Amino acid sequence: MTLTRTEIPEGMELVYSYPDSLTKVSSHYCPGCVHGIVHRLVAEVLDELGVRENTIGVAPVGCSVLIYNYINTDFVGAAHGRAPAMATAIKRIYPDKVVFTYQGDGDIAAIGTAEIIHAANRGEPITTIAINNAIYGMTGGQMAPTTLPGMVTTSTPTGRNCEVAGYPVKLSEILAQTAGAVYITRQSATDIVGIRKTKRAIKRAFLAQIHGLGFACVEVLATCPTNWNIGPWEAMQWAKEHLGGFYPVETFKMTDEVKALKA
Amino acid sequence: MTKQLLKGNVAFAEAAVRNGLQAYFGYPITPQSEALEHLSGRMIEEGRVFLQAESEVAAINMVYGAACTGVRAMTSTSGPGLALMAEGLSYIAGSEVPVVVVNMMRGGPGLGNIQPSQADYNFMTKSAGHGDFHPLVLAPASIQEIIDMIGLAFELAEKYRTLVIIAGDGSIGQMMESAELPPMQPVRDTVPDWAVSGAKGRDPNVITSLYLGAEKLEALNLRLQAKLAEIKRNEVRSVEVATEDADLLLVAYGTAGRICVSVLREARKQGLKVGLFRPQTLWPYPEERLSELAEQVKGILVVEMSAGQMLEDVQRFVQGRVPIHFHGRMGGVIPMVDEILADVEALAKE
Repeated sequence: MTLTRTEIPEGMELVYSYPDSLTKVSSHYCPGCVHGIVHRLVAEVLDELGVRENTIGVAPVGCSVLIYNYINTDFVGAAHGRAPAMATAIKRIYPDKVVFTYQGDGDIAAIGTAEIIHAANRGEPITTIAINNAIYGMTGGQMAPTTLPGMVTTSTPTGRNCEVAGYPVKLSEILAQTAGAVYITRQSATDIVGIRKTKRAIKRAFLAQIHGLGFACVEVLATCPTNWNIGPWEAMQWAKEHLGGFYPVETFKMTDEVKALKA
Repeated sequence: MTKQLLKGNVAFAEAAVRNGLQAYFGYPITPQSEALEHLSGRMIEEGRVFLQAESEVAAINMVYGAACTGVRAMTSTSGPGLALMAEGLSYIAGSEVPVVVVNMMRGGPGLGNIQPSQADYNFMTKSAGHGDFHPLVLAPASIQEIIDMIGLAFELAEKYRTLVIIAGDGSIGQMMESAELPPMQPVRDTVPDWAVSGAKGRDPNVITSLYLGAEKLEALNLRLQAKLAEIKRNEVRSVEVATEDADLLLVAYGTAGRICVSVLREARKQGLKVGLFRPQTLWPYPEERLSELAEQVKGILVVEMSAGQMLEDVQRFVQGRVPIHFHGRMGGVIPMVDEILADVEALAKE
């Protein structure tokens, strides 16, 4: 049984509900993929901050290309990697609106490296959510810039040989070096505690924008059971152990102003 | 308003400001950098958006983002930069947002040089990006004309929600001549209903070029083709000089067209009946008028600063009714009046 907000019995409190910022459609994501979880976190944060009607999202190219089917705000669809460039323009035209990009690891740390580094370095007051599952999902499991050493993908069939294919890109560590970034953190959406911490980080990143402080990015360690060729539960454990082992879950940059925000 | 001595790049940039340009994003490239420099000061003075991007790739995607908010947005570049923008041009076409791009053509291929050229004709008119689309391409032959075309470009871009490219070249960008700027117009204070602005009290607007499902994407393409057909019907523009009694028709656009005016004058002094047909729209091409002229002249001489790119269109529209000759220079070489006149004289003897 579903209660509407007005039907909540006296003496009881609404502690969990469907966010207004999330559309009521079934998602196309695979079982065990965390895009759905992170979409919901973004939607909850937009609700809590009361900014849904004042927000413009920029969709990437990758599995989350259809994010605008799920997040109930205005959206534009960027070319692969160019979301920060579009977001830059939109934010400069509408400084009072909330502008965010949502990008996968290939989008943000390979083809779109220039755009994200320069948006961060200019201190564009936008919010970026970067999903890192160490693989290209939509194109069928090829090597991502974040693919771990030795990891088998459809384009590294014998495992990523870093001497040939290059080394995994630690994007958050790089973005933290830019003068314009005010909040750069890596979180993990692979267990309950991690999901709660990820939500708090996303909220802080949006608050940093709303307060006009500068560029904020939340990298989220994520799964891809389909292309990792393992089950959803196993994928969560694999992400925690292997991705978490290589990519430390920590905050690499947080200015005092951002620290002072109540997230 | 009075005329003043203006450099082409500064002239079109200031004309854009006066036509209510709200956002400019660009990357320095010779021979158009003065436009970016001019706008870096003027746009800030007017409280509008100016940003020097990290690349032409970023610049066009910023323009794309700005256009999605419904503001007047543009960039300017030259061939190597336009090549990097091809990705964004296609997304802009597929998303049906209004954008104006100025391309001051330079010698190619590759890094080429910075001298004037017309070798981006095919690129701009036929293949500005992947997929089925054509930008509307305007070709100015003077500083006054590029000033006037800036206002026209914004009008057309917004009327059809389409991409408009102004095809200049290094000499249009770099030369100075006397011209009159338009009066200062206020920026638009309304937002089109399709633009993104935050879904306040309405359903969300989504601007994308993604249409999953072949039928849906074909429907978009049919809509784009219908729009292009309408542009073809309504927006063809050309200029003629002394075509009424011409035996030989010079066909040239932009700087080459301007040079041909001098060729025509010299030829007429010798009693040679030479006319000039100068397309102002390269896409849509003024094919009907060219076709009519082909019925009345004895021959055509196409003059271009390329290996003969527009030439192929002229051949296509004339369909062998009269002989077509070609005079082209490449690599940034500007054809001189004398060398074209020599061709005209030789053809007159035939």
